[in-house]
Amino acid sequence: MLQDKDRIFTNLYGFESPGIEGAMARGDWDGTKEILEKGQDWIIGEMKESGLRGRGGAGFPTGLKWSFMPKESDGRPSYLVVNADEGEPGTCKDRDLMRHDPHKLIEGCLIAGFAMRAVAAYIYIRGEFFREAEALERAIDEARAKGFLGKDACGTGYAFDVYVHRGAGAYICGEETALIESLEGKKGQPRLKPPFPANVGVWGCPTTVNNVESIAVAPTILRRGASWFSGLGRPNNFGTKVFSISGHVNNPCNVEEEMGIPLKELIEKHAGGVRGGWDNLLAVIPGGSSVPILPKSICDTVLMDFDSLKEQQSGLGTAAVIVMDKSTDVVKAIARLSQFYTHESCGQCTPCREGTGWMWRVMERLVVGNAEKSEIDTLLDVTKQIEGHTICALGDAAAWPIQGLMRHFRDEVEARIDAYQLKAAQ
Amino acid sequence: MSAATKFAWTPENEAEAQKHIAKYPEGKQQSAVMPLLDLAQRQNNGHVTIEIMEYIGKYLGMPAIRVQEVATFYTMYNHKPIGKHHVQVCGTTPCWLRGSDDIMAACKKHLGIEKGETTKDGMFTLGEVECAGGCVNAPQVSIGDDYFEDVTPETIVDILNKLAKGEKVTPGPQNGRQTSAPLGGPTTLADFKGKTAKSGGDA
Amino acid sequence: MPTLTINGTEVTVDAGKSVLQACEQAGVDVPRFCYHERLSIAGNCRMCLVEMERSPKPIASCAMPAGDGMVIHTDTELVKKSREGVMEFMLLNHPLDCPICDQGGECELQDQSVAFGSGDGRFSENKRAVEDKNMGPLVATTMTRCIHCMRCIRFSDEIAGVEIMGAIGRGDHTEVVTYLDGLLDTELSGNVIDLCPVGALTSKPYAFTARSWELKRHPSIDVMDAVGSNIEVDTRDGAVMRVLPRLHEDINEEWISDKTRFAYDGLKKRRLDRPYVRKAGKFEEATWGEAFAAIKTGLKGAKGNEIAALVGDTADMESMFALKGLMNSLGSQRIEARQDGAALDAKIRASYLMNTGIKGIEDADYLLLIGCNPRSEAVMVNARIRKGTVKNGLKVGRIGAVADLTYTVEDFGDDASLVKAAKGGRHEISKALKAASKPMIIVGQAALAREDGAAILKMAHDLADKYCISEGWNGFNILHTAASRVGALDLGLTTEEGIKGLLKSAKTGDVKAMFLLGADEFDSSTLADTFTVYMGTHGDEGVKHADVILPGVTYTEKAGTYINTEGRVQQAEKASVAPGDAREDWTILRALSDIVGETLPYNTLSELRIALNEAVPETATLDTLPEADWSDFGTDGDIAKTPIVPIGGNFYQTNPIARASDVMAECVSVREGATEEATGTNG
Repeated sequence: MLQDKDRIFTNLYGFESPGIEGAMARGDWDGTKEILEKGQDWIIGEMKESGLRGRGGAGFPTGLKWSFMPKESDGRPSYLVVNADEGEPGTCKDRDLMRHDPHKLIEGCLIAGFAMRAVAAYIYIRGEFFREAEALERAIDEARAKGFLGKDACGTGYAFDVYVHRGAGAYICGEETALIESLEGKKGQPRLKPPFPANVGVWGCPTTVNNVESIAVAPTILRRGASWFSGLGRPNNFGTKVFSISGHVNNPCNVEEEMGIPLKELIEKHAGGVRGGWDNLLAVIPGGSSVPILPKSICDTVLMDFDSLKEQQSGLGTAAVIVMDKSTDVVKAIARLSQFYTHESCGQCTPCREGTGWMWRVMERLVVGNAEKSEIDTLLDVTKQIEGHTICALGDAAAWPIQGLMRHFRDEVEARIDAYQLKAAQ
Repeated sequence: MSAATKFAWTPENEAEAQKHIAKYPEGKQQSAVMPLLDLAQRQNNGHVTIEIMEYIGKYLGMPAIRVQEVATFYTMYNHKPIGKHHVQVCGTTPCWLRGSDDIMAACKKHLGIEKGETTKDGMFTLGEVECAGGCVNAPQVSIGDDYFEDVTPETIVDILNKLAKGEKVTPGPQNGRQTSAPLGGPTTLADFKGKTAKSGGDA
Repeated sequence: MPTLTINGTEVTVDAGKSVLQACEQAGVDVPRFCYHERLSIAGNCRMCLVEMERSPKPIASCAMPAGDGMVIHTDTELVKKSREGVMEFMLLNHPLDCPICDQGGECELQDQSVAFGSGDGRFSENKRAVEDKNMGPLVATTMTRCIHCMRCIRFSDEIAGVEIMGAIGRGDHTEVVTYLDGLLDTELSGNVIDLCPVGALTSKPYAFTARSWELKRHPSIDVMDAVGSNIEVDTRDGAVMRVLPRLHEDINEEWISDKTRFAYDGLKKRRLDRPYVRKAGKFEEATWGEAFAAIKTGLKGAKGNEIAALVGDTADMESMFALKGLMNSLGSQRIEARQDGAALDAKIRASYLMNTGIKGIEDADYLLLIGCNPRSEAVMVNARIRKGTVKNGLKVGRIGAVADLTYTVEDFGDDASLVKAAKGGRHEISKALKAASKPMIIVGQAALAREDGAAILKMAHDLADKYCISEGWNGFNILHTAASRVGALDLGLTTEEGIKGLLKSAKTGDVKAMFLLGADEFDSSTLADTFTVYMGTHGDEGVKHADVILPGVTYTEKAGTYINTEGRVQQAEKASVAPGDAREDWTILRALSDIVGETLPYNTLSELRIALNEAVPETATLDTLPEADWSDFGTDGDIAKTPIVPIGGNFYQTNPIARASDVMAECVSVREGATEEATGTNG
């Protein structure tokens, strides 16, 4: 188990002050100037070395992403955009980082922004996180007052500022190009790629979009060194990670743990175990609603990192663990996610706009068994017709939970159809 | 096309609107359309109107249709009057697993209204929302800008009662736990429970 | 220049092309709905997915820039499945109302469904229904059929330059709308009907009047303005059922104005379908023989230049040439085509042409408008100017009345004498012209139809001479409003005195007889005491004081030659059948010449055209942008310090056909309604 000395988010639960004095007492804004003075190349090199992979779900190497930004400006300014549009069902980690440890994020913005030669950072926070946005604004004001941000950030001569932009209720804005559109004052509809944001991002300028956690861990990584971070976790899956454990556990919670921790250990150590005991476990969605569900048999042993979960045809995603015990109507649980994706589809491209609603309606029938068994294969075929055919990954995200359900719980779905037909025949 | 415009910023909101616009590069004031719609909605007791969209369109120099697109795309803009307290029950899977159906049922029964309706006295509007991002504190209910977490049918009814009477309610977990820490106390961070003073603006 | 391999064949394309365009170049058909080469790329329909080696997912070929070394497949199982999948999604919520859909027979959804669909639908849930929208009198909506390709929205924003269409809501509740269900208020609105790949947006006037496969298609030339838009006139049983644009890259691309598209109901209304002779103040039906006899009687006592003729705005070359022949045979040279009184000079061709050509606008970097409103006078020219501003950074300045042209215009004022100041060198206009590498000016009829029109023309010449003429570039342009005008000038149909003098002479009795060839844009009461023969198509202004009416035919009812504002010669085919006893104009004139003068020396249209080619050599070369020699023109004189008054009249009702059209009248009335609402004067 991760030791407290290796935890980055020491005020995860807000026992202490989120204010700048408290933050500095916990080590934030310590030697920021010196870090910046080591230069962009050093920072990016160190981040690459640390092996940090993006904490927003896709797991793209963070240092590498920063390195895509132009080293010389062609006249256009560069921007860092922080994706705080946390909305993946099951996920509520960034919320804690922002309301309880906002200075880690703000300091991270400066360092990351400096590393990619950005002039400013925009934190795009979901509109519902009103209090969290207030906390960020307060932290930014504090940092400005201390001279950590502004025309001469931390006394380095580098001009940098951080702004908060509140969303207004659209899951899709968590997709980086939809987020950029939204930041420009438009509907949050994903853009076609290429061009990629590092080339043409917000307001047509080079832009990097990073998850809150990816940015917030950067200052600590740079202070403690890449090797410290890569000394935690497993190869290609280094470091610590904030997990959200929800659903049928005794004590749902957020917790920072080491990458690669066994799922069972994570649940039992921190969340008080599965309601009714481990044997009462039915299934777990291990990385937020988009990743396929895993049955107990896999949960018994699977490790919580990108590669281990990928091996099991699921994913680490946002590391949001949704636990379901044996009382769960698993078909309904997934159908509810299908409803979510239908509601959140932006409507831009055909497969997602039309397909999510179709899948949801079929899923609702499957909940009660009102279907033919052949429709299961039709439904799976529809998921394949959406997957990989859309502008952004929302289509995939809507398809995978159903694929996961049918992979592991097809018997249950078929049994319902049998029962329904039997009842209808009587 | 445009109706005679009656909506106008209050002086405070005018200043606030300018503050929002100032966040964005020059000429990119359209970026402020979302914060301005939110600001206008707050000024207008919780909903936006065609008049407001046109006002903001003119204010930011963008066509009204573009404002309307934005205002109808995002779910937090209300297009009809809402009650003093906007009660939004999260119904997505993590909350559903922990009994959001019962919370919704309790709200409906207590308020005597269905989803999307407003009580006759104009105090409450009830709605269901998709994942509010408070999953480890499920079930979660948003009321206005605040999150009420770890609610039960009993605690949510108690909160609604208090609000109806104009009494103070406390957002956050309703079962006594510390934010997102496990009930009964954290399993980690033993040394970080109040070493530094709890001051400065905690939410 | 990247080289790609497409289905095993190498193809090299220009940099900046998309994979889809590369496929087209390689002769490989890629289905699409949202992609349109003249609109920005949306990439939303997903129909154009193709397989790209080393890409884990199929790619949207419309949005993917062609890259060197790409290996593309469009004939694999993956691509087939992708297309079938997208087709199935397209059809999920699309109603199966094809039998009653006006898009039937030319529906891209139907065609591609046949070609690329699986032939089987598996969707058994309830279909979505969407409320129809009211976009005005031209565009009918059946929004349940909408497949959300957003072509109409992109067209409105990008080409028409009116941001009034949008998609509100999200997900499967997304609805394409006009703002507040309002009028699609652009004179280019009909083009969204062509762009809509399904039957969501169809033509209201054409609704349920014909099935597309019953129609005969005739290439034609529009006469609603002087642009010469290429059109297709579709007929059934000899009647015009609709008008569509025909692609001409240099003129109208693939768009047309709403007047061009929708005025055709005016072809069937208020028509002069037989000859009439006025007896005791009242028109009586007559035979052709009786009408000709009446003319012969009427001309008695009038000789030579006591007989005059006025030429209307929609006349074809053949009619004007025959009229000129008839008049000359009667000994008269008094033929005037400038109904608006513009001080145009027929001697120098470059003085009355749009010398840069319409497409040339795209090359210009500065444009000065002088007394013209291209948005109402020549919609397609305006669309081209807008294109220049969007694609080429064209800057536009204006001397003249302020009007919204859908792009940014720097206004210098409407004082006519500004033209002189502009020439001077110190004025901002001079500086702008000087700074530009390809500057152009467009002079409108409003600037020329003044007392000092000839002086303005001269000053415009001098201005152009100073700033706008360089090797291979003539930036002097006249924007005409009448389809007949350039041809008439080529035929020399001008008089010293102009229309004002001519009408005055009619009053004084200097002119004793007047022929009107479809001339309706002047106050005909001045001819109350003059023997007047009206030859034309509609009971409009020109017949009011006529003594004899000879029923001619409209542009769709004859083969005709037209010369547009660029000086480009184009020919229209005969498409529809004229009503009643109406005859092709040149045949009337020839028959009349037999009775009243010398018989015109041609018996067939081709003989006439040979004679025309000899008289006006330019007419021998079809569809070419002429290069007219630059020289001096106009007349030195004072320019009054007075505002240039814009051309009057409503855009939708500029000629007898449009004025007879109920559809055009409705276009006018809905706009008046909108204005009243906006100003609150209606209640």
